[in-house]
Amino acid sequence: MSKDTLDLTIAVGGAAGQGIATPGNVLARIFARRGLHLYSYNAHQSIIRGGHILLMLRIGEQEVLSHGDRMDLLVCLNQDTMDRHLRHMGEGSSVLYNSDAVEPGEPKAGVQLCPMPVKELSHDSKNKVIQNTLSLGVMMSLLGLEFGVLQDALKQMLGKKGDHVVGENVVVARAGFDHASRNFRPLPKPLPQGPKPLGVWAGNDAIALGGAAAGVKFYAAYPMSPASGVLHWMAQNGRSLGIMVRQVEDEIGVANMTIGAAHMGVRAMCATSGGGFALMTEAIGSAAMMEIPAVFINVMRAGPSTGVPTKTEQGDLRQVLGASQGDFERFIVAPKSALDAFDSMPELFNLVDRAQCPGILLSDLLISEGTFSFDPDDVKLHPEIDRGALVLDPSPNGDYHRYADTKTGISPRVPPGHEGFVHVVATDEHDEAGTLISDEFTNPLIRRRMVEKRARKFETVAADIAPPELEGPKTAEVTLVGFGSTYGVIREAIAQLADDGVKANHLAIKWIVPFHAEAVANALAKAKRIVIVENNYTGQFAQYMRGETGITAHAHIRKYDGEPFTPHHVVEGVREILARETPVYVPTQEVMV
Amino acid sequence: MSQSTLATPITELPRTPSAPKEYKGRVAPDWCPGCGDFGVLNALQRACFELGLMPHQLLVVSGIGCSSNLPGYMNAYGMHTLHGRSLPVATGAKLANHELTVIATGGDGDGYGIGGNHLMHTARRNIDLTYIVMDNQIYGLTTGQISPTSRFDMKTKSTPQGSVEWPINPLTSAIMNGASYVARGFSGDPKHLTELIKAGIQHEGFALIDVFSPCVTFNLDNDFPFFKERVTKLEDEGHDPSDWKSACEKAMEWGETIYTGLFFRSTDRPTLDRLEPVLQNAPPLARRPLGLSDDQAQALMRRMM
Repeated sequence: MSKDTLDLTIAVGGAAGQGIATPGNVLARIFARRGLHLYSYNAHQSIIRGGHILLMLRIGEQEVLSHGDRMDLLVCLNQDTMDRHLRHMGEGSSVLYNSDAVEPGEPKAGVQLCPMPVKELSHDSKNKVIQNTLSLGVMMSLLGLEFGVLQDALKQMLGKKGDHVVGENVVVARAGFDHASRNFRPLPKPLPQGPKPLGVWAGNDAIALGGAAAGVKFYAAYPMSPASGVLHWMAQNGRSLGIMVRQVEDEIGVANMTIGAAHMGVRAMCATSGGGFALMTEAIGSAAMMEIPAVFINVMRAGPSTGVPTKTEQGDLRQVLGASQGDFERFIVAPKSALDAFDSMPELFNLVDRAQCPGILLSDLLISEGTFSFDPDDVKLHPEIDRGALVLDPSPNGDYHRYADTKTGISPRVPPGHEGFVHVVATDEHDEAGTLISDEFTNPLIRRRMVEKRARKFETVAADIAPPELEGPKTAEVTLVGFGSTYGVIREAIAQLADDGVKANHLAIKWIVPFHAEAVANALAKAKRIVIVENNYTGQFAQYMRGETGITAHAHIRKYDGEPFTPHHVVEGVREILARETPVYVPTQEVMV
Repeated sequence: MSQSTLATPITELPRTPSAPKEYKGRVAPDWCPGCGDFGVLNALQRACFELGLMPHQLLVVSGIGCSSNLPGYMNAYGMHTLHGRSLPVATGAKLANHELTVIATGGDGDGYGIGGNHLMHTARRNIDLTYIVMDNQIYGLTTGQISPTSRFDMKTKSTPQGSVEWPINPLTSAIMNGASYVARGFSGDPKHLTELIKAGIQHEGFALIDVFSPCVTFNLDNDFPFFKERVTKLEDEGHDPSDWKSACEKAMEWGETIYTGLFFRSTDRPTLDRLEPVLQNAPPLARRPLGLSDDQAQALMRRMM
């Protein structure tokens, strides 16, 4: 991000139950409507009341790639936030706090403390979250915005709760605005206006919407953080979109129900996190064996086991690669951003429909629970739909073999309900007609043919997926390689390195399977120094890439403390590696959340 | 398309089958001679025939185990799924195409052991499925270990000194969890069983039909003579199937008298497929156009702006 354009991060810290989400949403809407881009990350804990939450909302005039390295405006809803984060605030920043309840610490030089006498300004309101409204008013003044902007946003967000609620909030917000205008120094430049209004979504919304746009008609889930947002979106919108949404007893049931629906010819999907995905794995193999296309979404969180439910990690790569017993292929896509996740859904559905096999979307907490702006013109709500060899209006023409061994390996698929095409699909090995060759009629020749047929159809379809390309300068001192959600932070780190005179380029991997080994090897052939960036300890991606390409990276930047990378973690890692040939650099998380 | 040398191809009929044998599948069952499952298969085929079901509108979903091989022996659409998972797969299938008649089949290990959790929840959802469990009180395909319905003290390969666990009661479990049709049949009385299956298929809601289907190879404790001496039809006893307490009392009888027949039926609770708003006044999901309409797309976009 260029230095003379807007780059501002607002952080709101408090305890769960203090209503941080509301000012976060109000601000996000205000900024996006103004045409400003935003990227927000909510560091929280697995607790419904109490604990510590820090919502970081970064805005800019161009696409914002990460939640950034610093905070410009900190709202302390409790003492804990002040104690934890005042020391992160640098020159030119402002710290808002409820002066009735929070003791400010000793700020660094140039930090503006903005006390808010909440009781006085809210006229002793009994409303426990009134300080949020007050702080919104204060922020409007600090940001150089007109009060009317906030007034409109409050009306829209709170309108459902009635005029009384809107009225109280507007009065208090106004008091905060006036208080700030009288007492505090605003930012040097008021917020600019972008060329057109932008939309706001969470990554899970983007995934769900992508599924709906792809034609999903059946969605099943068991609640699990950080994937529940997909369920909530589906539950909210399913009825009006004609999508069946089921909350099921466990993820085993979820996956099998999804497969049952998919076999009827509907597009079906389900989402979970690593633990639930572990329960789904046997079913994923059954979809491969019965040749039923379905999409399984794994939103990674820090593991193993229950792990840290509200923290992020890229720790399930091995799990998705090895999901289910036996020897078979599945598509695996790791989107780079919320928009990429949206686009990946119809793409993945087309692929699994064409290859009649399971597909996995690998997201993580950072993408799925983050809130981002998007340009409405980039969101293709009517994507191309390709159902492959699904035949919905068949005319009987003799003996139908569900698993006909064709040149491409793809067999025409007629779902149940059609006359003249009665057949049985089985998780046992079977012949072309679907007759079991697992018990009485074992036959090595047929077994071999069926294994090869399934492999061939996957290869046929996978060949159409575009390989990754090197981004940035062709020659560079360092080539950074990452997969999935690290895309934005790496791109930003490369820009920062360039400002410091270090030339770096980027190979971002989106498709895990098929892995474009040849393209990756070519892209890395001339790399001076390959550094793999991933959010785990053991280097799952590095191992996988080495296995697929034979290429060993020169060094690694890894983080496994539950928090995502921010750009300076990568920048400092690269510097350290260049200076000292450090084999594995592990950045320290400074912001304790 | 190459022709399988193993399968006997059958051409499905555009008319209602004229005999139960037209519901026979591509291959003959590979069950042990004398297996109770033959009687269940025959009763199911006869029930389908007598109800005039068209094979292409019928879906039979099973799990894994000897009895779960059944879909391959039927002339109907079939899914031979994972061990214990017939009910969720059948549920997904029914919800995606509620015009099909969906029957789930399997054994006691499949349905009451590894798949037990699904039985409880499928019962409470009261989805319109018929679930036929061939209950032989043993694991047969794995060559003879105790099952969830094996009696206390039963000696098997996995309990050589006798089992020290009590069996579950599938009938009271199903009633307690909300199944709206709960019956028990005996493979040795195919006529009675056919009637129970027919009524189960016709019943709107989740129907569990537990069937004594003796394993002649691995369970010599509960063989055909054992049941023949004991089974007594509830219909002959004047049992009122709307009385769940009496149904549970009858289901707990396990001695000189063991009851078969319709234990419980209720018709006052609508089925899941009728209650689900997305299915109301609309064609099956499987026949709906994909993607978003312009209006839907615009409304969704507006909400995010």
